[in-house]
Amino acid sequence: MTLIYPKESLSSFPKHLSPGYRSTVKRSPSKPLIVVPHTLSELTGPVYGHDAIQENDNDLTKQGKGEPLGERIIVHGQVLDEDRKPVPETLVEIWQANACGRYVHIVDQHPAPLDPNFTGAGRAVTDKKGYYKFITVKPGAYPWGNHHNAWRPNHIHFSVFGHSFLTRLVTQMYFPGDYLFPYDPIFNSVTEEKARARMVSVFDLDNTIPDWALCFRFDIVLRGREATPLDEDRH
Amino acid sequence: MSEIITPSQTVGPFFAYGLTPKGRAKWDPDGTYSWKETIGDNLVTADATGERIRIEGQVTDGDGLPINDAMIEIWQADAQGRYASPRDAGARPNTKFTGFGRSATDKNGVFGFDTIKPGRVAGPNGKTQAPHVVVCIFSRGMLRQVYTRLYFSDEASNGEDPILNLVPGDRRGTLIARKEVRGGQPVYRFDIRVQGKDETVFFDI
Repeated sequence: MTLIYPKESLSSFPKHLSPGYRSTVKRSPSKPLIVVPHTLSELTGPVYGHDAIQENDNDLTKQGKGEPLGERIIVHGQVLDEDRKPVPETLVEIWQANACGRYVHIVDQHPAPLDPNFTGAGRAVTDKKGYYKFITVKPGAYPWGNHHNAWRPNHIHFSVFGHSFLTRLVTQMYFPGDYLFPYDPIFNSVTEEKARARMVSVFDLDNTIPDWALCFRFDIVLRGREATPLDEDRH
Repeated sequence: MSEIITPSQTVGPFFAYGLTPKGRAKWDPDGTYSWKETIGDNLVTADATGERIRIEGQVTDGDGLPINDAMIEIWQADAQGRYASPRDAGARPNTKFTGFGRSATDKNGVFGFDTIKPGRVAGPNGKTQAPHVVVCIFSRGMLRQVYTRLYFSDEASNGEDPILNLVPGDRRGTLIARKEVRGGQPVYRFDIRVQGKDETVFFDI
């Protein structure tokens, strides 16, 4: 299978400069990006298989002596390409705030408690059908300094590899119906509604485990689709 | 009709424990956590052949201030020009060398990698590329990653590199890492200026 990476697909991405998110003002390129062809260097990428993870890396509720506080949840989904073909055996990494909205990080001084049983970091490798699964607790919202009374919607950070260095994706998974959506410049840096919807997980009653944990489904669509002869000609 | 791809969002300021824990994740209140680094800044494996080098640089913003919460990822071929990827139709490395590394910047905005100098790899239209490393930068304030490339100042083949030749001549220098020798070891200095005067060339790929 030959994958190509049409640049038009990136139109769902935020612009580098998105002044509503203040930190982009000095951290976005000001000169035009240089267009270059995709070479072997971009069309290849690292492979991290099951030996890259350890037992319980995908269960954030079992990394401490006891269970973390908060609302236990399951987050699962499929990593797919643009043709909805599963991306098997690829590394998925997550990190998140605890149920109180506090990260294990020296810079995070939000006056909310740390949880000695929760670090907020996890990893999984997708199976042959592109599936991954995490067990964690629902992260809390937290304030940040972007503007007066700024609060981040509840979110889990995701880092995904995919087939090549071009598919590399760092994103955030949000929860359905969050009342902070209209006020968050990071979420709204994605200007198309349909594209924003891609970042919002779906409540999954079918996979919710009775008497134990709510489930949210988050499919991740990476760049890349199968080449057609027409596409090959264009390259 | 292709699917809408999942948009990028910033890596934010709090990725250290999850993505670059070594030396930073000082969080183990009762000694039970076994969270380990999966991807680090030392790419050298005992079985890899080739010249051992260090890559170092500082990441700065539009005011020239250090970016102390960036994450740099690199991807490169081994010394024989082979990528450790099933998508490289050529020969696979016969060593444990993965060619992939990750380094978070420190309080001075400095990152660093210990690696092997890559060999030349195939380029477009039957040409061969000069030795290079693909570099990807993530940071708070970056809603999506930016890609650049690192070339080596002591490589004569830079002049014929098909990608470098697409870069305007007056900006090409931002992609050339300068060789220094420290304690007998070659260190290639590669500063990344995200914005402004002498802004590093980033690629639209």
